[in-house]
Amino acid sequence: MTRRSRYVTWAGLLLLFGAILWLLPIDLGQLDWQSALAADETTTDAATESDGAAEANGAAESPYAPAPKTTAADYPQIAGVNSRVVVWLVAQLHLWFAAFVLAVPIFVFIIEAIGMATREKRYDDMAYEFIKVSITAYSLTAILGGLLAFSLLVFYPDLFLYLSTIFKETMFYYALIFFAESACLYIYYYGWHWLQGPFKKWLHLSLGLLLNGVGTLLMFLANGWLTFMMSPAGVDPAGVFQGDTMVALHNYLWNPINLHRFVANIAYGGSVVGAYAAFKFLSARRAEERAHYDWMGYNANFIAICALLPLPFAGYYLSAEIYAYSQQMGITLMGGIFAWLFIIQAVLIGTLFLSANYYLWCGMGRSDGAVRYNHYIKYIAIVLVGAFLVWFTPHTLVLSNEELKALGGPYHKYLGPLGIMPAKNTAVNVMILFTALSFLIYRRANRVATANWVRMGNAIQVALFTTGIANIFFLGIYHGYFTNTVYKVAASIPQVLTTLVVIVISTLIDYFMYRGAKDVAPLHWGRVPGRSQYALFLLAVAFTWLMGLMGYIRSGIRQHWHVVDIMRDNSPDAFTPTLGYAANVVSVGTVIFMTMVIFVFWLAQVSGSKAEPSGYWKEQQA
Amino acid sequence: MKNFLIVVAFSLLTISLFAVYANYGIPEIVPAPPPKEEKLDLGAMTMESFVALGERIVNGKGTCTLCHNAVGGRAPLLEQVVELTKQRLADEKYEGEAEDLEGYLMESMVEPSAYVVVGFGKKGTNDTVSPMPDVSTGSIGLSEAEMAAVIAYLQESGGAEITVEIPTDADEADEEDEEEQRTALTSPEEIVSEFTCGACHIVAGEEGDVGPDLTLIGGKFDRAYLRRSILDPNADIAKGYEADQMPPDYGSQLYASELELLLDYLASLK
Ligand code: HEC
Ligand code: HEC
Ligand code: HEM
Repeated sequence: MTRRSRYVTWAGLLLLFGAILWLLPIDLGQLDWQSALAADETTTDAATESDGAAEANGAAESPYAPAPKTTAADYPQIAGVNSRVVVWLVAQLHLWFAAFVLAVPIFVFIIEAIGMATREKRYDDMAYEFIKVSITAYSLTAILGGLLAFSLLVFYPDLFLYLSTIFKETMFYYALIFFAESACLYIYYYGWHWLQGPFKKWLHLSLGLLLNGVGTLLMFLANGWLTFMMSPAGVDPAGVFQGDTMVALHNYLWNPINLHRFVANIAYGGSVVGAYAAFKFLSARRAEERAHYDWMGYNANFIAICALLPLPFAGYYLSAEIYAYSQQMGITLMGGIFAWLFIIQAVLIGTLFLSANYYLWCGMGRSDGAVRYNHYIKYIAIVLVGAFLVWFTPHTLVLSNEELKALGGPYHKYLGPLGIMPAKNTAVNVMILFTALSFLIYRRANRVATANWVRMGNAIQVALFTTGIANIFFLGIYHGYFTNTVYKVAASIPQVLTTLVVIVISTLIDYFMYRGAKDVAPLHWGRVPGRSQYALFLLAVAFTWLMGLMGYIRSGIRQHWHVVDIMRDNSPDAFTPTLGYAANVVSVGTVIFMTMVIFVFWLAQVSGSKAEPSGYWKEQQA
Repeated sequence: MKNFLIVVAFSLLTISLFAVYANYGIPEIVPAPPPKEEKLDLGAMTMESFVALGERIVNGKGTCTLCHNAVGGRAPLLEQVVELTKQRLADEKYEGEAEDLEGYLMESMVEPSAYVVVGFGKKGTNDTVSPMPDVSTGSIGLSEAEMAAVIAYLQESGGAEITVEIPTDADEADEEDEEEQRTALTSPEEIVSEFTCGACHIVAGEEGDVGPDLTLIGGKFDRAYLRRSILDPNADIAKGYEADQMPPDYGSQLYASELELLLDYLASLK
């Protein structure tokens, strides 16, 4: 074997191994899905039979104890400390950091690959700068994870012990995978400059893939513990564990949360790195520096938006699965006080979309050709704001009779026909389409197509968008107002498909139409107003806050249960806090998180700067 | 440094805007507290108070109205069940063993899939599996006596004859927690003083000034309102007063019979 082919084989094997690991969690999900379904069916009859059996044989059958029944005295209190808030904040901080730390390698990997494909070194440098930022964040994530385990053990010992009897194997693997992840990350980062060159670069890229596979696996494991508390599986009605960890892990809501988190994390990571670049941009003194960070911010934002676009669909899938798992939980999620939470959520997501679009529009200043398109912007803005308003019109608000009375009826006074789901779906799809349109326009701003079918291409695109939007409206209106309740949701899938088709086809057309297109002039990176950078900050802050808020609802819908229907929360804090209170906790958490992130960025900066104190060190004799 | 401070200020401003919106931009609703084990003093119960207990369970602990309400369209209306039962039992889809209204209501609660009302089944099951949980287990966890009370209430409100009997304490004894029993008080004055309503209200000769004057309360509100004011004080806040002042747990402290007595008394204050 020559040296060269050995390298290639090694790199290929590693890449394959990484790919397998990467696909493993997804694949496991699929495989087990069927057997889980089958198991579901059998357990329904088995449960009735084993109920009696379990009573007869007692706990002797299973080596596991039933879920503990706690009283208020089982929750250690430390004077002056609100245990729930402590656990809440620590868990949320851990999640924020984890999301960031898992997301960064995903797009570092993508950027590195782009760099390898285009052979433009600036991509490689940017990828390196990203990963550098995540290194310190990584150890903070681990510290916070340890702190979370510790505070759970201190304040909720019975719950923690119950969960660990069920998940002790996975916790062990979690630790192992954590070490594997650390190893990958450190080699990936510290080996960046070492592993350069035709073959070594491949090796490095494979390592990145491996890093991501391990990271995703890590998150999926932790997600399983979380969703077990929402939709327990693998235990009998008294909470006695049946012995199969995989069943407990692969509970009903596992995959929906895996998906939603995976996508959300990428968007989130993009937004945080965007804020980093924005800050560097604002403090840059030299023009090249400004250009570099402008470009970096643009790319981070691009990643954030790409992940943001599919998020609403992942979100609706998640809520549909929650509803399918338990009607009671589904109604709790969408009705009552949480209905108001979704209005806040809509405001935040609206903020995300609007600031992302605003950033794109400002970015058109980089191009000399943008004047051709500037007058479209205001129409897009109007549509976006309109869609946003429809979206955050509240849906029916129902929970208990008391709450109904408190609200003065099931309908809020602004509530009307716009509050129903099909109207919201229509609005979301329109919002997504117009954001995609902003993108197309941004892309075109600096280019002049040279293909001979430009007119036709444009006409097709206009027709595509027009029929797409018309179809979305038709579906929304028809299903929303002319069919009965049961069919109302039927609109959502064809609407989503329409949106996807329009985006994919118009992007393809654009791609071909602008192949070989002439640039109007080179893009003037760095030629953007300072205020555009604040859109990036807004994006990061809104994202962080939104994640915190959704963390509250995810736990909130369990109401007074640690593990739904299995282990009741009997602590003094078992009640659901009000939205205002939750918002305050989340705000405090966001501020703490931001402070820590600033620290992380500061470290990244410090590590790059050198002071040469003259006369401090002894002169070296040469 | 200046940039840094501006960015920090901008972010803090954004966060506070979100927080202010969440606190003041939307109505403040205090979520219902977790259900407490209500001590049932079955011995002291009349059929009327038993029915009232059933009503409370349907609206409260049983969370029935979460799904069974006219607004959401998530479940059939319980007001119609009395009328429709004959039809249900005769339906060829019916797989249960009930023979009368009482049996059907009981079965609907503990084995909801025995008959699934058309159009309300779990998605994809073609109306063979009910999305309604078994209310005797899990997070709802009603006892036999509580389910009997629900049946009594459903029968009465549907205009049918009440066929369930009030179970005796002995039946419930094994389900009850081992807490010491208090004997039910039998006069409103005793109740008012035992539960210190007078510390906050002008009522029954006492002169508290934390809460509203109750001397003419019966003329201002109906029984339903009064009931709610006691069981869930934050549901309606009296004008000029704040939430979270009145103890929220009278519902679990008062025996059902005492609650009814107290309501009679308050309603008579005109
Ligand atoms: C999670 C939602 C949910 C909750 C909570 C719930 N139900 Fe139901 N219930 C349903 C649905 C859906 C149906 C229709 C499907 C079926 O027939 O099982 C139903 C059916 C019924 C029926 C049969 C109605 C008929 O017309 O035949 C009765 C009786 C009933 N429920 C009583 C109750 C009572 C009493 C409670 C509270 C203790 C309750 N339900 C709580 C969802 C719920
Ligand atoms: C710690 C003080 C406190 C105690 C004890 C208390 N209340 Fe109240 N109550 C209040 C306050 C404050 C309000 C007004 C705010 C509200 O509506 O919740 C109120 C409101 C009410 C109302 C509604 C009046 C209206 O005008 O809407 C009724 C009825 C009532 N209380 C009855 C009682 C009864 C009966 C008791 C004893 C079993 C009792 N309260 C014990 C403080 C108290
Ligand atoms: C544009 C639409 C949406 C965006 C941008 C969005 C964003 C997010 C983000 C960033 C998180 C935090 C993820 C994490 O912790 O890793 C999250 C979690 C969550 N979202 Fe969404 N979401 C959207 C739609 C929805 C919808 C429609 C629902 C419907 C119920 C929903 C329900 C949830 C829940 C329950 C969580 C908590 C789960 C968890 O802890 O991961 N989301 N969302």
